[in-house]
Amino acid sequence: MSGIAMPEPDAEAIAKRDWLIDALRGIVPGEGVISTPEELRAYECDALSTYRQVPMAVVLPETVEQVSKVLALCDRERIKVVPRGAGTSLSGGALPVTDGIVLGMGKFNRILDIDWANRCVVTQPGVTNLGITRAVEHEGFYYAPDPSSQIACTIGGNIGENSGGVHCLKYGLTTNNVLGLEMVLTNGDVIRLGGRHLDAEGYDLLGLMTGSEGLLGVVTEVTVRILQKPETLRAVLMGFPSVEAGGDCVATIIARGIIPGGLEMMDHPAINAAEDFCNAGYPRDAQALLICELDGPQAEVDHLIDTVTDIARDLGATYLKVSQSEEERLGFWAGRKNAFPAVGRISPDYICMDGTIPRSELAHVLRRMQQMSAKYGLRVANVFHAGDGNLHPLILFDANKPGELDNAEAFGADILKLCVEVGGVLTGEHGVGIEKRDLMPEMFTEDDLNQQARVKCAFDPTQILNPGKMFPKLHRCAELGRMHVHKGQMPFPELERF
Amino acid sequence: MSDRQHCRPVNIDELREAVAWAVGEERTLEVRGNGTKAGYGRPVECSAVLETTGLAGIDMYEPDELVMSAGAGTPLAEIEAALAEKGQMLAFEPADYGAILGGEAGRQTIGGVFAANLCGPRRIRSGAARDHLLGLQTVTGHGQIIKTGGRVVKNVTGYDLCKLLTGSMGTLAVMSHVTFKVLPAPETCGTLLLTGAARATLLGALCRAMGSAFDVSSAALLPAAAAARSTVPDVSLAGGEVAALRIEGPAPSVAYRISRLEDLLHDGEIECARLDPDGSALLWREIRDAALLDRQAPLWRISTAPTAAADIAGEREDVLFDWSGGLIWATGDERGDLRARVDATGGHATLVRASPELRSAMAPFHPQAGPLRALSRRVKNSFDPGRVLNSGRMYEGI
Repeated sequence: MSGIAMPEPDAEAIAKRDWLIDALRGIVPGEGVISTPEELRAYECDALSTYRQVPMAVVLPETVEQVSKVLALCDRERIKVVPRGAGTSLSGGALPVTDGIVLGMGKFNRILDIDWANRCVVTQPGVTNLGITRAVEHEGFYYAPDPSSQIACTIGGNIGENSGGVHCLKYGLTTNNVLGLEMVLTNGDVIRLGGRHLDAEGYDLLGLMTGSEGLLGVVTEVTVRILQKPETLRAVLMGFPSVEAGGDCVATIIARGIIPGGLEMMDHPAINAAEDFCNAGYPRDAQALLICELDGPQAEVDHLIDTVTDIARDLGATYLKVSQSEEERLGFWAGRKNAFPAVGRISPDYICMDGTIPRSELAHVLRRMQQMSAKYGLRVANVFHAGDGNLHPLILFDANKPGELDNAEAFGADILKLCVEVGGVLTGEHGVGIEKRDLMPEMFTEDDLNQQARVKCAFDPTQILNPGKMFPKLHRCAELGRMHVHKGQMPFPELERF
Repeated sequence: MSDRQHCRPVNIDELREAVAWAVGEERTLEVRGNGTKAGYGRPVECSAVLETTGLAGIDMYEPDELVMSAGAGTPLAEIEAALAEKGQMLAFEPADYGAILGGEAGRQTIGGVFAANLCGPRRIRSGAARDHLLGLQTVTGHGQIIKTGGRVVKNVTGYDLCKLLTGSMGTLAVMSHVTFKVLPAPETCGTLLLTGAARATLLGALCRAMGSAFDVSSAALLPAAAAARSTVPDVSLAGGEVAALRIEGPAPSVAYRISRLEDLLHDGEIECARLDPDGSALLWREIRDAALLDRQAPLWRISTAPTAAADIAGEREDVLFDWSGGLIWATGDERGDLRARVDATGGHATLVRASPELRSAMAPFHPQAGPLRALSRRVKNSFDPGRVLNSGRMYEGI
């Protein structure tokens, strides 16, 4: 384990392990409770694999009733619970705790209803993101958010992280595409939010749950909106001699009123890593490469392609290519979609950062990043969801060299602080998890964080769900609930308080 | 009203002081902007008024970044005018609740728009206010200044309190400044009118259009009585139920999509006609503000699955269907029969406009039961344990 500390394990909870496993087997019979060290090892980390911890047990429930009973048991016995989908979190969101259990939702893997007339799908949370699109594509529909892990990541995990993808500039994030949820609170209560209709009747708890990183409740059913596939998709590849020119092109496209389906940028190191890896046909000499994808009716796409190429030419593009076939369009994307493995081949290890900045700060941020790269003696390659300002700097390092992981993490932290400094945020789509937990005070005051912690207490007063994630400091709920008492009496003394 | 304390802070520190004062003195605050929605929600008596109109003005507008930031008390009209100057808009097209509630049109504040999570006919394509709020500065019922979100569209840092506070009707925190996403206004728009068929056939046609690849941005159905009230002659003179589909975008694309939709929907029964951009703008504004219904009678707003619309509305004439049937505006019904039907099919029914007596007798917001109700109370407690802010406005005890 490297620099990020997890809460001190609770010896009392660990002492209860054997009793707990029996009790869990009483709720989830058969193979549903995993307790041998060999089998537990499969769950010791998520996609942030530099951090590993073995949980006391893994429970794989199959029914909502079992989820409810497991949570109620753990709530009563003060056993920590880490919910898990496919374990693809890049921020350590599904990292287990040694004094708790993992609640794996993998067996909730069925699509329950495809409602064509209302254009929505009701599914269990363990279905993969791509699985939803696969189930509806024969009728020309798809599910819009497309995180790059979509082949493996689950829709339940997408709710937890409010996942995005390359198309969210035009089609929104998970939160803009989910209609309903069923979830279980730590006290065992089963709650339904939304449904096949739009917007909430009271507080928008559906919006709050989306992106809550498994800290508020366990999702047991999801209803998402599906969209009809656009008639036409075409992409333009544009190479520029400077990052500034590439950034100007992005700003101009948007200023002209065009919202592309996807608008991605890669810097020089990323272009060359991708080219070495898969020969996508990218211009190796370009300092910035843009991929702009336009989708919609044929007439609209052709019209907008002309506008975009004119803009690029005016801004001095040194390379310009419009896809003439579906095969060519996919070829344009091949390099971008393989950017992570491509970088993996030129470096023994890398970490992927995930800040968001105002687009106008792009050139400034990339320049500062180059200075940091020199200071830390580590290379960095950038892929960038340019349309929405979401940066993914990949910091290259060698974990076998002593101190280099710590050095890379310090570099990463400096990049994220820079993002906040220029008006951006710590994480655009990967979540806070453990990775960015200790940087939260860069963005939020103590009052801000305490209010978020109070919301956590409203859902999970014993704080058993996914502890050690998101918040740098843990407070007891009673301590946060303390309020001003005037003249020795509370207003509304009859109301329940946590 | 005159003997109630009236606070009108002009900056966030004064706002914080006003809330802290109310907490300390055990006052209850009626939180309001211009007061256009005073008749919306449960009638409650507060001991003081906290007005946000002093927190006014556009602080930041960067058209290339598609983002604007403004004081919560800034008039929506001022914001829309600034956006129009740059060819941009609030894509969620907030309805004018001033007009809907029988008051003056065009007086809402941007804070009120977010506090009530307003939207319009484009909801089905572009979302509601909730989908456009990026960042907030607020003062909670603890008397503390809280920041949430930011100014960028992609942000998962911490809980999404912007979503929670949008639509919370000022019961959790008082908004001081809002930062939100803006979008380019479409180059042009057109409307395809469908007539000549029965309600069920027309609702089916709307659903088919929504399931097509032609990117319909709004889909409404007007019963004959509603259509007759339109100021757009093509609609008012149609002489029966009228369905309408809005198509927006670059001119060649709009022309192409309208003709493809005609091909798709035109059959022996359904007749098609087109509205020009001016007529379109007028019609969708009338639909947005439920202006085609009786403007005095109690008004219900029902959100449901589009396929449930026909069952919920039955043969009622005093209704208006938007969102391809997913939104029903209905007048009358002082007994709440519609809400009972919504309970059976899924969705929620809000009594938007009614006398104070009716709003006391019948919960204006769709009642919540059991664990969800308890959770909503705990969320209220987490922001406003002393029940200082707009308490009881949404639900009793919240």
